[in-house]
Amino acid sequence: MRRKDLYTLLAIALLAVLYPLLVGGNQYFISLLVFLGINGIITMGLSLLMGYAGQISLGHAAFYGIGAYSSGVLTTKYSVHPAGAFLIGIFLSGLIAWLVGKPTLRLKGHYMAVATLGFGEILFVVFNELSPLTGGPSGLSGIPSLTIFGTPLEGAMYFYLVWAFVILLLIFSLNVINSRVGRALRAVHGSELAANAMGVEASRYKVQVFVLSAIYASMAGSLYAHFVTFISPSSFSLMFSILLLMMVVVGGAGTIWGALLGAAVLTLLPEYLRGLEDFEVLAYGAILMIVLLYMPQGILEGMRSLLGKVKGLGSAAHE
Amino acid sequence: MSEQILRVQGLWKSFGGLRALESLDFTVSEQQIKSFIGPNGAGKTTLFNVLTGIYPPTEGTFEFAGKSLNGLKPYAIARRGISRTFQNLALFGNMTALENVMLGRHIRTTTGLFSAGLRLPGMRREERAIREKAMEELRFMGLENRATMEATSLPMGEQRLLEIARALATQPKLLLLDEPAAGLNMRETAKLSETIRMIRERGITVMLVEHDMSLVMEISDEVLVLNHGKKIAEGGPKDVQRNPEVIAAYLGEEAGDA
Amino acid sequence: MFIHRGVGEMSLASQLVQYLFAGLTVGSIYALVALGFTMIYNATGIINLAQGEFVMLGGLVMVFFTMVLKIPIVIGLVLTVLGVTMVGALFERLAIHPLKNASLITLIMITLAGSILFRGIAMCLWGKDPYALPPFSGSRPVQFLGATIQLQILWILGITILAVCGIGFFFNRTLMGKAMTACAFNPLAARLVGINVRKMVLVSFGLSAATGAIAGAIITPITLMEYDRGPLLALKGFAAAVLGGLGSGPGAIIAGFIIGILESLGAGLISSGYKDAIALLVLLVILWVKPSGIFGSAEESELKKF
Repeated sequence: MRRKDLYTLLAIALLAVLYPLLVGGNQYFISLLVFLGINGIITMGLSLLMGYAGQISLGHAAFYGIGAYSSGVLTTKYSVHPAGAFLIGIFLSGLIAWLVGKPTLRLKGHYMAVATLGFGEILFVVFNELSPLTGGPSGLSGIPSLTIFGTPLEGAMYFYLVWAFVILLLIFSLNVINSRVGRALRAVHGSELAANAMGVEASRYKVQVFVLSAIYASMAGSLYAHFVTFISPSSFSLMFSILLLMMVVVGGAGTIWGALLGAAVLTLLPEYLRGLEDFEVLAYGAILMIVLLYMPQGILEGMRSLLGKVKGLGSAAHE
Repeated sequence: MSEQILRVQGLWKSFGGLRALESLDFTVSEQQIKSFIGPNGAGKTTLFNVLTGIYPPTEGTFEFAGKSLNGLKPYAIARRGISRTFQNLALFGNMTALENVMLGRHIRTTTGLFSAGLRLPGMRREERAIREKAMEELRFMGLENRATMEATSLPMGEQRLLEIARALATQPKLLLLDEPAAGLNMRETAKLSETIRMIRERGITVMLVEHDMSLVMEISDEVLVLNHGKKIAEGGPKDVQRNPEVIAAYLGEEAGDA
Repeated sequence: MFIHRGVGEMSLASQLVQYLFAGLTVGSIYALVALGFTMIYNATGIINLAQGEFVMLGGLVMVFFTMVLKIPIVIGLVLTVLGVTMVGALFERLAIHPLKNASLITLIMITLAGSILFRGIAMCLWGKDPYALPPFSGSRPVQFLGATIQLQILWILGITILAVCGIGFFFNRTLMGKAMTACAFNPLAARLVGINVRKMVLVSFGLSAATGAIAGAIITPITLMEYDRGPLLALKGFAAAVLGGLGSGPGAIIAGFIIGILESLGAGLISSGYKDAIALLVLLVILWVKPSGIFGSAEESELKKF
């Protein structure tokens, strides 16, 4: 991968390793970054789908939920080992993504958006209605914590687990982007007509990246379930799908770093808005609107061009 | 130079009531440079679109290297060895010139999602080979200095050459060029003419849609004239040029219809 | 909400009549929402994901005028429609128009942002609780074919028909309406002929907002209204718009009633929990199988931008 990417990756890895020490083991700050990591995993997948391949999904909370409920239900009701439940979640998510993706990704723009919206909503209803299995609206509790050699993974240990996933998936994603497959995805985004003419089977690649992004979301869901040990459908609603979308768009859909930045901003922001809960939805709407109108490439690009302008000013001043 | 590489028989293409191509028959020989000319709206680009699978033909067949291409999707036709450029340019604006050409290597390579994500050694080897081959094609088209520039930031003439480089990277047996000289000045057109000859020397058959008559006359082995979707003349450039029907089609359509 | 006490004691025929009327009622709302989608789509080519919020605002603003300011219903309705129309027009001016040439994803996102913003504002002004409106002419139900029908349902059907006729008249008989249809077919040609496309876009948003507001105001006496009713309404309304053939006004309306009836029958006869999923399933199936809908042509939808 490119050198810039490598350095950024190393910096993030280093920060992740040091973070629990930097915050002196403070559980609140640690769980905050656990959630950030979990959201980041989903947004990385979404970035591959939206930023690189140029597709859209307004229902990704569904796959997050499939992962969470797979892990939750299988470990609590059927005593399946967490690793097994994790893999089953991935398989389920991938399968459903494939089945839904094939007809949906053929659709154009708006139709695709609404189809994914509808799909997400249907799954939300399913999570609510399958109460014997999922616990319905009151949720599913008693999800076991993960253990390694008998010791439960909590606090800082869970933080390291989640961020190990983040780093590994980041490496995987960057590798894909800078490969033949990444080029094919970007070609589909750039001009589906030309991509097909050059031998890229656009429809197959679109479904592939959709499935991949669903798998990322499922992994995040499983990690989430074992962390909070209680899940309910409200975490997998339309609002969360939109929030995920916002993370990608606000941070900058074009790059995977933008997606991570967006996840950071929109995971940490609600914490600052604590106490202003009434204004939360309003704030999200306002932020999204402002970004779309004035920084449509996202904050990351916005900052970059701002920096560029500042540098330009600086060198002009030196003349 | 005598093997038939493309055979089109009884090709019809209608869009609702509009007949874009009517009862078209022709063949193209291996390593031939065959040009397709005709007034605007004659159906030339539609022909290219049908041959590359973008539109299915309403009727008729077309065979490439002896095998039928009917019903194949564009990506499958590309895999069989037909590549093209576009009249209105269809570069990947979100990638650099080099990356555009590297994409051309897609069908000649195999790295999949997992080898890519895990960066296996085979993938790295293949990636290096892709990059080298892409640079070769850029050099062939004289664009090696543009490798790292955003594809759509290049001047129009160079963008057209870049599309050719990308198409060449697919290692086609048949190359379809759709108005490659549009927007080129005389010097650039002369260079293009030379380049097309060199492409033929590489063993590639070339089909050309063009409006620039001097280019057509200079490099074509054969010329086929279309008017209103029908073939009205086919033969050597000089013969076609003298054909009264062809002249009438270009000059006096209004007069002829009066 | 529609299934009154004693449905179990009714004969099957009466039950069906009950469900039918329930279906026509929600169907009216879906029809109006679908009509709103269609108008904006025809004028601009985009899908307004904030359409449901116009309905929500219609209901809640009506609550404000009639319950808080104690304004009589008729005047309240007019004021509500005017108010929400202005919101729609403002939305177009401030958020849609500046992004005229933006990418598809950005356009989708901006209407999504609008939807979230409106919801946020509604949450601040009205909180999360549902609000009620008194029925327009009292709450004495009527008997019809063995089923018990609320009078409000007649209001809903009546006003919907009026609104639909009004809009149909606008598009078919008035100059501006015909101009808007021209914009839908060919914006460039329309501009060349001197039609002010910008104004048409603005009018389409205003009209859609008005339609949504009417829907919200008339349905609230039966279903109540809360700040986040919008998205589901929009999805179902969009399902109707697509089912009827995106771009076809009559198609949207018929499809709206079809979906309403399907949903009501499904809720009554199969399961009320999965009721929402019914309309959504219809949406997905239509999009996957025949996106041009019942009344649209496949070729035409290929040519449309989206």
